[in-house]
Amino acid sequence: MLSYLLLALLAVTIAAYFAGYSKARAFATGASDGSQHSLSGYHGAYVAAWAGIPSFLLVLLWLLFQGPVVDSLLVSSLPPDRVEGLDVGQLNLLVSEIKSVAKGNIFSEPDAVVLAAAERYNAWNAIANWAMVACALALAVGALFIARSKLAPRFRARNQVERITSALMIVCSLIAIFTTIGIVVSLLYETLRFFSMVSPLQFFFGLNWEPQIAMREDQVTSGGAFGAIPVYVGTLLIAFIAMLVATPIGLFSAVYLTEYASDGVRAVVKPLLEILAGIPTVVYGFFAVLTVAPAMRQFGELLGFSIAPNSALAAGAVMGIMLIPFISSLSDDALAAVPQSLRDGSYGLGATKGETITKVLLPAALPGIMGGILLAVSRAIGETMIVVMAAGIIAALTLNPFEPVTTVTVQIVTLLIGDTEFDNPKTLAAFALGLVLFLVTLCLNVIALSIVRKYREQYD
Amino acid sequence: MVKGSLTMDQQVVSPETTTTRSVVEDPKITSGDVSVFYGAKQALFDVNLDIPRYAVTSLIGPSGCGKSTYLRCINRMNDTIPIARVTGEIKIDDQDIYDPDLDVVELRARVGMVFQKPNPFPKSIFENVAYGPRIHGLAKGKTDLEELVTTSLERAGLWDEVKDRINEPGTGLSGGQQQRLCIARAIATKPDIILMDEPCSALDPIATAKVEELMMELREKYTIVIVTHSMAQAQRVSQKTAFFHIGYMVEYGDTKQIFEDPQDKRTQDYIFGRFG
Repeated sequence: MLSYLLLALLAVTIAAYFAGYSKARAFATGASDGSQHSLSGYHGAYVAAWAGIPSFLLVLLWLLFQGPVVDSLLVSSLPPDRVEGLDVGQLNLLVSEIKSVAKGNIFSEPDAVVLAAAERYNAWNAIANWAMVACALALAVGALFIARSKLAPRFRARNQVERITSALMIVCSLIAIFTTIGIVVSLLYETLRFFSMVSPLQFFFGLNWEPQIAMREDQVTSGGAFGAIPVYVGTLLIAFIAMLVATPIGLFSAVYLTEYASDGVRAVVKPLLEILAGIPTVVYGFFAVLTVAPAMRQFGELLGFSIAPNSALAAGAVMGIMLIPFISSLSDDALAAVPQSLRDGSYGLGATKGETITKVLLPAALPGIMGGILLAVSRAIGETMIVVMAAGIIAALTLNPFEPVTTVTVQIVTLLIGDTEFDNPKTLAAFALGLVLFLVTLCLNVIALSIVRKYREQYD
Repeated sequence: MVKGSLTMDQQVVSPETTTTRSVVEDPKITSGDVSVFYGAKQALFDVNLDIPRYAVTSLIGPSGCGKSTYLRCINRMNDTIPIARVTGEIKIDDQDIYDPDLDVVELRARVGMVFQKPNPFPKSIFENVAYGPRIHGLAKGKTDLEELVTTSLERAGLWDEVKDRINEPGTGLSGGQQQRLCIARAIATKPDIILMDEPCSALDPIATAKVEELMMELREKYTIVIVTHSMAQAQRVSQKTAFFHIGYMVEYGDTKQIFEDPQDKRTQDYIFGRFG
């Protein structure tokens, strides 16, 4: 139904384009002195926009409100004696029972009230659907004729189309912004609920993270269970190890590729490096847990100290490998963007290649390189899969890279997996962790952007 | 690309002919049959040129004539282009600079270069000038380095303009000041030759006048070779002029003679404005 309606609207829109176009063509050939303001295509696009966009918006709004309106009609149509004494949850249960009956999923013999309500529900929905089709098509066709009647040789269709296009672009960017705001607000809301159960002091400064204990009824707010410090320390430890691996390797490979490699080598190595970015993180995860961790364990035994099978080192090292292309690719771009004249100037003064790179090119490319590094840090902090598989889920407060640790993202996953109750601090803790994580990565992004902006074009 | 009229000229005068009317006594730089290839394409053909010390020598000619290519042979800047190949012989003070034993880093410290577009490093004015002395270890200690930077800026005629903002970025100076900063930077490595590749083409007339004035002062202590598109500039600043044309050095002599009484038809056409 809906897809046919959308197809019909599309057809009306296309027809509107040709209606506008042909009318404009008519007066374009009539007045050959060039007095027509806009090209005929703009007239067509103007009529098409008026026919297509408002009717499409109407359909969207209709779909948004049809459900709630029909539901409230349904509730108010139920016999008062059936509804009386029900709380919100029971009422919702009744409504969903009616809906499932309406869809034909009848498991047990429903009572007569429900059956009657289901019938009404189906009928109302059918009416609403047909009304939507009629309204949308009427709006589309009506708008088509009104817009077409406005066309005239001096009508500024081009400016109008320009305005409509820019409005569309604003709407697109607003969608991204509102999504972000929505995420932040929902995080914030759940976090505040969490903090009403667990004190922020405990969350931010507590050293003990054992949310599983809180599952038991008698220990809902048991002390020390929600101290997030071990989780954040684990996150930072793994991110630090990852950056320790990724930064030098990424940077040096970027320097090699821009300054030393011949074109042939570069053409092969650069795509190969970028393949690393395309490997799914879950693959890195089992690479870490099946290959790297046992190898490290054996190596540690050779040297006489023990490395846990789940260690921060294995997860961090593999995550570092994953991050190499972020750093190498952005550093490579930054180095390649340094003008050749600066290299010439340095070589002309008798500097060697190494001196030119360390004293001129790296400082000049620093903003781009910093941007790449901070982007990689954001990725490292947000990475989940590798850590789940390779570093474990036990929140131990340690800086020893050979011990298992856990990270914020892993904890969020474990908190939300399985049966979850949204009035339980265990579940809500995930939102608090998520909010802090979000704020940290947001700050990093802002810092990265401001660094890039501050130092950009300094060498122009 | 060669225009139709030039091809005609080539038929009149064989491109290999070179007119050299002044023998340079005790030259600073001598070149014997210098040819440059970029890949399979030959950009410079058998150039023989003796450049006098303590003088300004101009290299003139239309775009793509090889004058910059020749200039970049003198400090082996062509080495930085992977596909470039240089044959023949260039000697500075009778030392072959293409000798495999010669260290190109030392050569470039002795032969300073100033480029077409001012290219100060994104560092402070002080650090720009101190760059060469630092990498070559020319200054013993901080005061020594400061003195070297000061004298270099003074010689480049920039000291009075920048002495109060020596720690501000060199990229914040005006175009003309940036170019003089680049000259100061080249002087700071204590070279005896300064190569300038169209040093004024990105500057306004006032800044150009200052740089030209500077060249005439520097002539007393340095051997200067300048590539220029401005024939007026060549006449104003140089004692010797060489005219290049599609990879050949066509005519070389005293600047006055080249401009007033050119012998080769191609030189005449260029100087009297019939092409280029």
